[in-house]
Amino acid sequence: MKIDLTDTTASKINKALVQGRRAIGTPAVGMVLTMVIVTDEENAYDSLKAAEEASHEHPSRTLVVIKRHARTPRDRTRSHLDAEVRVGADAGTGETVVLRLYGDVADHADSVVLPLLLPDAPVVVWWPVNAPEVPSKDPLGALAQRRITDLYAVENPMAVLEQRVVSYAPGDTDLAWTRLTPWRSMLAAALDQAHTEITSAAVESEAENPSAELLARWLQVRLRAPVERVVTAGPVVTGVRLGTEKGEIVIDRPEGPLATLALPGQPARTLALKVRPMSELIAEELRRLDADEMYAVALRGERTRETAPHV
Amino acid sequence: MSAQTSERFVDAVEIRGANPLRDPRDRRLPRVAGPSGLVIFGVTGDLSRKKLMPAVYDLANRGLLPPGFSLVGFARRDWEDQDFAQVVHDAVREHARTPFREEVWTQLAEGMRFVPGDFDDDGAFEQLRSAVEELDAYRGTSGNFAFYLSVPPKFFPKVVRQLKKHGLADAPEGSWRRAVIEKPFGHDLASARELNAVVHEVFDPEQVFRIDHYLGKETVQNILALRFANQMYEPVWNRSFVDHVQITMAEDIGIGGRAGYYDGIGSARDVIQNHLLQLLALTAMEEPIAFDAESLLTEKLKVLRSVRLPEDLGAHTVRGQYAPGWQGGELVPGYLQEEGIAPTSRTDTYAAIKLEVDNRRWAGVPFYLRTGKRLGRRVTEIAVVFQRAPHSPFDTTATEELGENAVVIRVQPDEGMTVRFGSKVPGTSMEIRDVSMDFAYGESFTESSPEAYERLILDVLLGDANLFPRHQEVEESWRILDPIEEHWERHGGPAQYRSGTWGPEEADEMLIRDGRSWRRP
Repeated sequence: MKIDLTDTTASKINKALVQGRRAIGTPAVGMVLTMVIVTDEENAYDSLKAAEEASHEHPSRTLVVIKRHARTPRDRTRSHLDAEVRVGADAGTGETVVLRLYGDVADHADSVVLPLLLPDAPVVVWWPVNAPEVPSKDPLGALAQRRITDLYAVENPMAVLEQRVVSYAPGDTDLAWTRLTPWRSMLAAALDQAHTEITSAAVESEAENPSAELLARWLQVRLRAPVERVVTAGPVVTGVRLGTEKGEIVIDRPEGPLATLALPGQPARTLALKVRPMSELIAEELRRLDADEMYAVALRGERTRETAPHV
Repeated sequence: MSAQTSERFVDAVEIRGANPLRDPRDRRLPRVAGPSGLVIFGVTGDLSRKKLMPAVYDLANRGLLPPGFSLVGFARRDWEDQDFAQVVHDAVREHARTPFREEVWTQLAEGMRFVPGDFDDDGAFEQLRSAVEELDAYRGTSGNFAFYLSVPPKFFPKVVRQLKKHGLADAPEGSWRRAVIEKPFGHDLASARELNAVVHEVFDPEQVFRIDHYLGKETVQNILALRFANQMYEPVWNRSFVDHVQITMAEDIGIGGRAGYYDGIGSARDVIQNHLLQLLALTAMEEPIAFDAESLLTEKLKVLRSVRLPEDLGAHTVRGQYAPGWQGGELVPGYLQEEGIAPTSRTDTYAAIKLEVDNRRWAGVPFYLRTGKRLGRRVTEIAVVFQRAPHSPFDTTATEELGENAVVIRVQPDEGMTVRFGSKVPGTSMEIRDVSMDFAYGESFTESSPEAYERLILDVLLGDANLFPRHQEVEESWRILDPIEEHWERHGGPAQYRSGTWGPEEADEMLIRDGRSWRRP
């Protein structure tokens, strides 16, 4: 069920939510968190779709904040708020409100969002694009326990990554880090089998890949070994090599979902390592809402340098 | 960056040989099983095809199995490894919970082996041993193997002795060998002891994992979270506030093709002895000092040992057999008309018993356990029913329709919890009626709500025994049930109840005698 509201306020939206729930006959819903998506019109559809898929695992109220820039100067001065309230089948397992902010109110989005947050439940803010420089100091970011940014969606990821190091506050997280979980999990599993000291490491990826950089930093901190970054044709991260006395441990994923794992003295075996869709990344993010200390560890690791591939 | 070095979260990996990439703070990394393999005996059976193989695939798909994980099938079939892989492939396609992914399958298929043979066949077990050794060498399973005995219990002695004889049960230094067995764990105390003795002769008791798939369910694990992670339930979770507890497991199906197994066993042995008594233990036990297998066992055993049977077993236990009837719009045969059942069979398909837990917390609070086939619908739930308010300022007409408060834990289907309490009906007069507040696992249809078998297989590979009943619990449960079975053996026969109803009238009368009534689940 959809209710369209033009030139509205947060209290009218709250009323519409109650009205919508009444109409479909489910007055109480077990929503566990409020998800705020701050985006532009262009990315709103895909982000909302991912969030709704993730809501199957984490029933949530999703608030999409779209800051509109009016074309004419007259409209630009007229500040107003439009909302689209969706409940029931149109909104995954929870409720969705799409907020479009015009004029001055766009700079005060937190005043609209605050009354719409679920009581007591945690708040997550996700910027699919255009994340603020200091997420925790952003008016919307300050409302949240968890702030999700995405280094894949910025022009110059390495520069922004350095900025994130400086601006890090507990609760910050980045999808470039989320994307690494299967890699990190498999590397940890590989080390479970090879009880040996790692003397060197290399991460292979396309140029300027922020995930590869985070992976390299994490390895460097944890293994206390120098980590090299090698540029390959991609896509994204293509391999990790860990040097040991007995030989190399290699996870190699030249393309596609199949990777190979080689341990010294054992034949290579295949591993499934696929690139996950956005909805799965968001679902993983929402599984834990406390500070991700390991992200902080990786973020603050020593910067590594890209080198050309050894032939 | 050097300015930040001081506050960098570097901590020393103190334990020598520990994996530097693992850290308790790194909670994104899933609990991946260590290097290991699974050997399934009776791999052609229903359970194996419908539950075990899909669970293994789902685990792999969720990235929870180690690289090099290997699956070995053992059965009396003339198969090659590829034929076995094909069977697993078909089973996974049909029954797996998560979508089929070619890459996951490829990873898994490389580690599949099949050993054809009989349980008497020494050659086959030799072949199994060389398969295990080959997997250690080429797949890095590091000598860690779990043997899943998905075979009727009468074959247990043969299989475990063969494992011992061929050195498969002895773990090489630094690795483990585990045995996984399924219910029934005997049919009475004596047979259960015998069975345990046989298995323990070969495997260390700590390395024997008894599967009670109910304990793998999210909601059952949630009983502990509900009780011990919260403050608001525990203070009323005792005889001062609780009137009685009802634990129900109802099935809408009949015995299907299981006549051979079911006849002579009956619903009490099949369900009450394991599932319902486990649920009772979890509901009634004291807080364990830690969430580990040893502490849980201690508390569960304490409760099971304090269970007391009613003196008059005739008045406080009921058994029944389903009669022909209409169930959900379908005419179904009665138990005695089922294929393979003798018309004189006295096997119970319905059982209801009253138990008391004789300790300070529960003295005087009856626990009613019931289970049955061909009942109204498929449901498993635990209902903790509270006493009525000791005094009501409202006049009797106002509270006429008010029942007792209750906390209901729905184990399946529609996992969740309901709290029932009275609320004023909107209007000018004061009228109070029951309402319910509901919590549902909204995630029941996603990737992250695993099947019980996934959880349990993973726990076996991890060596985490929290969710597995130990042999002491099994024996204690038989001690509770045996006198009831003996009483039934000597007195009368099962009452008939029409299929599709909630059991025989005698069961209703049993509660009426106590001034109570069954919930309609």
